Amino acid sequence: MLRVDETIHADEVAPPVGLSLSDSGEGKTRRVPTKTSNGKPFSEQTLWMLAIRDQRDKRAFAQLFDHFAPRLKGFVIRSGAAPGQAEDIVQDVMLSVWRKAHLFDPERAQVSSWIYQIARNRQIDIARKNGRPLPEALKAEETETEPDAGQVLALEQETDVLREALNRLNPDQREMIEKAYLGELSHSDIAETTGLPLGTIKSRIRLGLERLRHELKDLRQE
Amino acid sequence: MASYVAGTLPKPFALVVATHVSMCDSCRANYLAHQAAGGAVLENIAEEPLSGDLRDRVLGALDDAIDLDDPETDETPRDGIYPGPVMAALKGKAPRWKSIGGGVRQCIVDMGREGSARLLHIPAGRPVPEHSHGGLELTLVLQGGFSDTTGHFDVGDVEIANDELEHIPTADPGDDCICLAATDAPLRFSGLVPRILQPLFAI
Repeated sequence: MLRVDETIHADEVAPPVGLSLSDSGEGKTRRVPTKTSNGKPFSEQTLWMLAIRDQRDKRAFAQLFDHFAPRLKGFVIRSGAAPGQAEDIVQDVMLSVWRKAHLFDPERAQVSSWIYQIARNRQIDIARKNGRPLPEALKAEETETEPDAGQVLALEQETDVLREALNRLNPDQREMIEKAYLGELSHSDIAETTGLPLGTIKSRIRLGLERLRHELKDLRQE
Repeated sequence: MASYVAGTLPKPFALVVATHVSMCDSCRANYLAHQAAGGAVLENIAEEPLSGDLRDRVLGALDDAIDLDDPETDETPRDGIYPGPVMAALKGKAPRWKSIGGGVRQCIVDMGREGSARLLHIPAGRPVPEHSHGGLELTLVLQGGFSDTTGHFDVGDVEIANDELEHIPTADPGDDCICLAATDAPLRFSGLVPRILQPLFAI
């Protein structure tokens, strides 16, 4: 039977995300640990984002802005936004981050992954009138009373390794992966713009992702 | 999945993926893994200098931003067997079925340049008329199940059919089978009569 999971197998690469939709504790507030029990602190980004989410901390938002806004501008220009429009998109995305902060869950997505998806959704909304169908949100805020600090940290580490792995790809492979996630890659478009035959592109994407996957697997076996 | 995350999948297929992700935990995990890869690309991208006032503009807008009505956070809830993305495509209303012959009914949920997505209601034990595909067809089972020459499909399963497959999907006995089917091209029915009727039913 065919299933909709090309390229990556979830059990090999996916972070051990907490997907349980189990009991909800009434009246308990969600305490926010800032480090794990063995004293390892979360990344700066995660701490900023938690302060934004839980304390509506504008100074933390300013720091998050300084880190991500210039990257977002580079990102939206690379994905085809006109330079004049790019800053409007950056503004929309950063304001969405502020507004949607209550949806941020560090056990499921690292800050960069979360902002990436908001940015892509915004660009897709602009490109298409009706936007794109989105999966049902998991209602983690209501279902888990206490965040699992170990899970947050493990996800941060895995995402860091993924980023380092991306940096070690050869330039061709890295460019392909970047194009795919910048939304430039409908397979046939890439064939047109790069002159590469489709088979080559697909195998390069696979090779790149496969290598990413092995890097992650190695990490878990250590 | 990477194309869905990056938003390059045709809309009818994106609807199937979003619906499937809403039903399947391992694909949800896969979806999140691809977001992580997207996040890694964002972290690594070359920065572009911002114009001087952007920071002040955004920080100054924070207090106003909270009260904005944000359609993205108002998602359409699941209704019975229909996950949120399907209900959103139906604009929150129950499907309006139209008979397409042989007891099979359909409800078109999305049609556009990029193809179409429809709900199919196949009575238990009954076949859908034999057809092949001009392009790719994804069929996601929402209730019941069906079989064809390629295998058996249960709730949550997705069949991927390309233009070479001529098949007669047959619903399992028991519950009626309800599917979400998406194509990027019109289906071609093999029999002459269905072929004539096809434009009328917009299959």
